[in-house]
Amino acid sequence: MPSDADTLIRLEGVHKSFGDQHILRGLSFDVRRGQCLGVMGGSGSGKSVTLRHVIGLLQPDAGRVVVDGQDMAQTSEADLAALRRRMGYVFQESALINWLTVAENLALPLEETTDLKPAEISDRVAHTLGLVHIPDAADKFPNEISGGMKKRVGLARALITQPEIVLYDEPNAGLDPRISRSINALIRELSDTLEVTSLVVEHRIDCLKAVADEVIFMHAGVALVREPIETFFDPDEPKLKEFLGV
Amino acid sequence: MDSTSDILTLAFGASVLYLLYQMRSFRKFLGAAGFRIELGIKVLRRLHHLPRRRRWFLDQLFTSGIMNVHVVLLVGLFVGMILSLQMGIELARYGQQDQIGVIVAASMAREMGPFITAVILAATVGSALAAEIGTMSVADELSALEVLSVDKVSFLVLPRVVALAIIAPFLTVLCNTIGILGGGFVAGSQLHVGWGLYMDSAIQALRTTGEVIQLPKDVFAGLFKASVFGGIVAIISCSCGLKAKGGALGVGRATSHAVRDSIIAVIVANYFLTWILYQN
Ligand SMILES: Nc1ncnc2c1ncn2[C@@H]1O[C@H](COP(=O)(O)OP(=O)(O)OP(=O)(O)O)[C@@H](O)[C@H]1O
Ligand SMILES: [Mg+2]
Repeated sequence: MPSDADTLIRLEGVHKSFGDQHILRGLSFDVRRGQCLGVMGGSGSGKSVTLRHVIGLLQPDAGRVVVDGQDMAQTSEADLAALRRRMGYVFQESALINWLTVAENLALPLEETTDLKPAEISDRVAHTLGLVHIPDAADKFPNEISGGMKKRVGLARALITQPEIVLYDEPNAGLDPRISRSINALIRELSDTLEVTSLVVEHRIDCLKAVADEVIFMHAGVALVREPIETFFDPDEPKLKEFLGV
Repeated sequence: MDSTSDILTLAFGASVLYLLYQMRSFRKFLGAAGFRIELGIKVLRRLHHLPRRRRWFLDQLFTSGIMNVHVVLLVGLFVGMILSLQMGIELARYGQQDQIGVIVAASMAREMGPFITAVILAATVGSALAAEIGTMSVADELSALEVLSVDKVSFLVLPRVVALAIIAPFLTVLCNTIGILGGGFVAGSQLHVGWGLYMDSAIQALRTTGEVIQLPKDVFAGLFKASVFGGIVAIISCSCGLKAKGGALGVGRATSHAVRDSIIAVIVANYFLTWILYQN
């Protein structure tokens, strides 16, 4: 059991239902500072719902979500905003503001929450677009770029505020193998050099192997398996065996 | 158990269910009204953010103003003509048709101008606002704003509400003017009231100044109402968009509720504003 100082994100017995669908049924796990934890699980098993709890977009019906010692359901609006400024979220469906250009989408969090000057902001935007390999789409609107490009702009928007915690919802969806490799290298590098704490929902085994230290397997609303990346894909748990097809 | 008591039990059950249903929809109605009033207060408390939202504010002024001028002109013209025709026929029976200018001008300025403008704004701009923000809601864009700590009220709602509150009186002036001119045209061609006489009586009717504020009361009370209506339409439409859920279907529902609720709220507010402005 890691000490409290080491734990940045902790879920304690989280339950969540939508109507009569009981999605999370006592989900508990924690993420250590600087760790990159992978999350696997069937479609509809509640992975995105879990990430939404961590950033406070959803509140648990029962149980607690604690980020850096603060209960996400109890903190004041101001504290929650302060906490969120230290977090980045890569949405599964990108969620770019459709009437802002790519560059304006990236500049938005900086304009709204920092005192940076316009010149500094445009430098940051150009630099971050370079990181995700979209140098010349800055003036396009989201509906003028491809799904994979949107995904990377969503990633860039999450990273542009230089967050300490990043939640990735399938960062590799829709990316070709070459770009996928470099995005994974970027995620890994952020976690290695800047000690960014990451929670990565991902289906692709090669991607998880490239980024995660540990992986949890969500099944029936709980974290059924938690293993280091070296042993995760060689499981004893029959449900995970079946899921991976080994 | 005989059949009479069966029927009674059934009737009782049905009425209880009906009452519960009524209470639920009533609760929902109260909840929605509360959310909208809160949204209105939040907008007022963020008015000082407006310079930062200049770009979206001007954008909204343009789309809700310039793009609707032709609709307002067309509807205003016909409403003025209808007023003139209806009232004129009645007045002619008592040989009072030279009073037609007074009636058309006062009705346009006090009631028809602001109300028609508000209904047109609800149908054109309000529905568009609800669809725009509703689409953002179902595509997770509102969640993204929340995660990025962007204030949704200041970013999305404020510029739209202020733009509509400002543009509505301008459109109302156009509506009043064209309505009075249209009324004059009908007065001349159908009721044989001379243009000069008609215009003199119309302008005379609008000259009366208020006691508290020394301005032509009918005109300015109407414009004040229009501005409030514009704000109401924007707040209700934005709130419907913010609450939209469930894909394209949800956006459609938000849009139709926005128009329906805006028009209801405008009518209710119209009564109370008239009461406040004209009671003596
Ligand atoms: N806001 C909501 N309202 C109602 N049901 C919801 C809502 N959000 C999620 N659900 C339901 O919760 C379940 C889990 O959804 P979630 O998006 O977390 O799945 P997931 O594990 O991310 O799947 P995928 O791999 O396909 O992205 C789904 O059955 C979904 O229908
Ligand atoms: Mg998902």
